[in-house]
Amino acid sequence: MSRFLADARLVAAKDLRIEARSRVVLNQVAPFALLVLVLFGFALDADQRTLRAFAPGLFWVAVLLCALLAIQRSVSVEQADGALSGLRLSGMSPAALFVGKASAVFVQLVVLEVLLTAGIIVLYGSEVDQPLLVFATGLLAAVAVACTGTLYGALASGLGVRETLLPILLLPVLAPVLIGATRAFDDALGSAAVDGWSWLGLLAVFAVVATAGGALAFGALVEE
Amino acid sequence: MTETMVTTGTTTGSGGSRVLGAVTLLGLATLLLFAFGLTEPDVRLHPTTGEEIGQFDAVRLLYLHVPLAVFTYVAFVLCAVASAGYLVRRTPWFDTMAHAAAEVGTVFCGLVLVTGSIWGRPVWNTWWEWGDVRLMTTLVLFLMFAGYLALRRATVDPRAAALRGAVVALVAVLDLPLVNRSVEWWENRTLHQKSTLGELKIQDLTLFTLMLGFLVFGLVLAWLLLHRFRVGWLEREDAELGVATAIAERRAAIDGGDVDAAVGEDA
Repeated sequence: MSRFLADARLVAAKDLRIEARSRVVLNQVAPFALLVLVLFGFALDADQRTLRAFAPGLFWVAVLLCALLAIQRSVSVEQADGALSGLRLSGMSPAALFVGKASAVFVQLVVLEVLLTAGIIVLYGSEVDQPLLVFATGLLAAVAVACTGTLYGALASGLGVRETLLPILLLPVLAPVLIGATRAFDDALGSAAVDGWSWLGLLAVFAVVATAGGALAFGALVEE
Repeated sequence: MTETMVTTGTTTGSGGSRVLGAVTLLGLATLLLFAFGLTEPDVRLHPTTGEEIGQFDAVRLLYLHVPLAVFTYVAFVLCAVASAGYLVRRTPWFDTMAHAAAEVGTVFCGLVLVTGSIWGRPVWNTWWEWGDVRLMTTLVLFLMFAGYLALRRATVDPRAAALRGAVVALVAVLDLPLVNRSVEWWENRTLHQKSTLGELKIQDLTLFTLMLGFLVFGLVLAWLLLHRFRVGWLEREDAELGVATAIAERRAAIDGGDVDAAVGEDA
């Protein structure tokens, strides 16, 4: 078990080190996240009441769009110079590889979520009524998106059409996450009278299934 | 050239499938005659005001919509079972079956959405009802299998396509129970009615036409599936033949002493 965690940490650290040196997510995806928020503002005619009311949904759509980019990046770093073959030959278990890759995406998603939260507070005038619910939703949804995304990234990897294929494969599967996280944020930001904590249950179940299913299926996919 | 022989014919038709096709088309014509001609429109009188209420002619679409929906389930379950079978056995039969079932199922699912939407315009007064859980889950199902087909088309290596397809199909099929049980689990979040078939609340010609619909669309599914499976099988054999031919050509080049041609370099 400790071996498993050590391997996973190694892979996650590798991906995060690549990010720290290349700054792709920080220099490209993060500004894109803010740009999406601004575009929503233009599209809804910059009416702050409307923006505030729909902030939870807009927030999570922005997260999913950014997640697509982060996952594409996570897949593409393994494509160059046959890096994936190197990982396969390293003797690490595919499940550890999966957890490591997903953890790196998770960390990046959390950073993006923090940035986007600041974005909706500043740009849309949202107010955080229940910080704990925002925190829990953000973490669980990030786990769900990172694990599902890493699995589907592997499904689309090595294909010339990966960039266009990944969204159509991944976004329908993430629909429950979008719905659950938006409802939870509706409650946490006081946009609608719903019980956000009950939607957290859906997110938790999704996150557990995505982690377990991804760890199981990843081996078959990278060893093909 | 090569000694590899093509083991099957060059057509997807056979004596049996032609009979099946003829029966299916005849059945489809009969169903349309009953659904759009012989059955009565749904007109009832309001118990207090005496106004005419009901679905009127729109009800005729349900003779297509309901059987199509049921056989969408059948096709996708078949796809999931074949996908699981492929992951266990790794034989091309399971993979070809999964691909065929997914493709036919996606067509059926699209028709379910279209017929439902056209029916919903007069009856629910809307093309699309966002609050309806069954509509949403069915649309997601359709999109996931559209993604499945896109993935299969984009993946060149047949073994990778089979493996990745199987994983996607097994994830996508998790949505099926949600579609099916949505009318029970979210009673107040759907405009769809619960199943009334079990209690036989509908009668006579209506019931007969609906049953005919089930029979006919069962035949349509079987017919399409048969041909799609055979197309998939022929495609696979064609690809294998191409590889065998290429290998034979390279071998012949080596035997002829032309090493440059054998390793793929221009002489």
